[in-house]
Amino acid sequence: MAKSITQEFTKGLWDEIPPFRLVLGLCPTLAVTKSVENGLGMGVAVIFVLVCSNMLVSLLRNIIPPKVRIACFIVIIATFVIVVELLMQAYTYPLFLKLGIFIPLIVVNCVVLGRAEAFAYKNGIVRSIVDGFGIGAGFTISLVAIGALREVFGSGTFFGIPVFGPSFQPFTFMIEAPGAFVCLGLMLSLMNLAGNE
Amino acid sequence: MGDYVLLAISCIFVNNILLAQYLGCCPFMGTSKKMETAVGMGMAVIFVLVMAGAITWLIEAYVLKPFGLEYLRTIAFILVIASLVQFVEMFLRKSIPALYKGLGIFLPLITTNCAVMGVCLININEEYTFIQSLVTSFSYAAGFGLALVLFAGVRERILLARVPKPLEDTAIGLVTAGMLALAFFAFKGMA
Repeated sequence: MAKSITQEFTKGLWDEIPPFRLVLGLCPTLAVTKSVENGLGMGVAVIFVLVCSNMLVSLLRNIIPPKVRIACFIVIIATFVIVVELLMQAYTYPLFLKLGIFIPLIVVNCVVLGRAEAFAYKNGIVRSIVDGFGIGAGFTISLVAIGALREVFGSGTFFGIPVFGPSFQPFTFMIEAPGAFVCLGLMLSLMNLAGNE
Repeated sequence: MGDYVLLAISCIFVNNILLAQYLGCCPFMGTSKKMETAVGMGMAVIFVLVMAGAITWLIEAYVLKPFGLEYLRTIAFILVIASLVQFVEMFLRKSIPALYKGLGIFLPLITTNCAVMGVCLININEEYTFIQSLVTSFSYAAGFGLALVLFAGVRERILLARVPKPLEDTAIGLVTAGMLALAFFAFKGMA
């Protein structure tokens, strides 16, 4: 059944929102969501890579031989990741330093490769771009949501602005690794709860 | 020698790749449902990571750096890792079929395991020497295996427990991983 273009976009925002519905791309989700700013930066980088790689994969889908398709996808994705890396180094240097090795690691982010394989290789260019944008936007929303939760409780700030009074004791557990896992797990269960009704 | 032991311990426990650096979470959730798959995956990662660490270090030092091509690092490393995995797979199938049977299905998964790529990048960023890189690669991989096996053990028990419906499967897995990470967090005091 063919979906409309709007449906291709909105499915990324709820039905197939990564990392909750498609449990892919967990590593960046956990690692960069110490603050909202990091999450947003990472999300935008992923949107860019996802849209460009989906576009190119879809354009080349009749040329790429099926046997070596994964290798081709990886080369395409890696190219755009390098573009993002250089752009971020040039224009948002502090963010580039904060995200560190997680920018090059977008290459092995299963969300990007997963979309190339599952969607862009089988669909036309417009649909693929819309799909990339939708899934990327969904990913960004998740990162920002988790980032907000962890930043507000873990360091008592939102986008670096204090939200509680000076007497607030930061709940440091939230910004450390254990807090990341627990936070994501609980959010996932909330999503399940909401989805089952 | 003492330095290397210290480095190894810090990589296995203090900066555990999974539970402190958040790398390699996808296979962590995917292959930890059974003890056997966890052991298989752990071994495969140790095997590939040591080789990938060595080869990427050599490529960085002798190809990328002398020619000023550092900006191509991402694409070079991922290609090296992907082809290495393929090569190892073919080699094992031909010469050590027993090991291939054990690791077989996990090898292709390793290409997209961010732990492998991540450790290679850490080695370069921290400017480790060749020997140090080998030590860190092995110990990070061992730490990965350790966390995976521990986690699989816990998860096999959870299967028997009654978990609230919305928390089933991955959600409870993540919360459990959080508890495990909390345990490993205690090692931070040693650093």
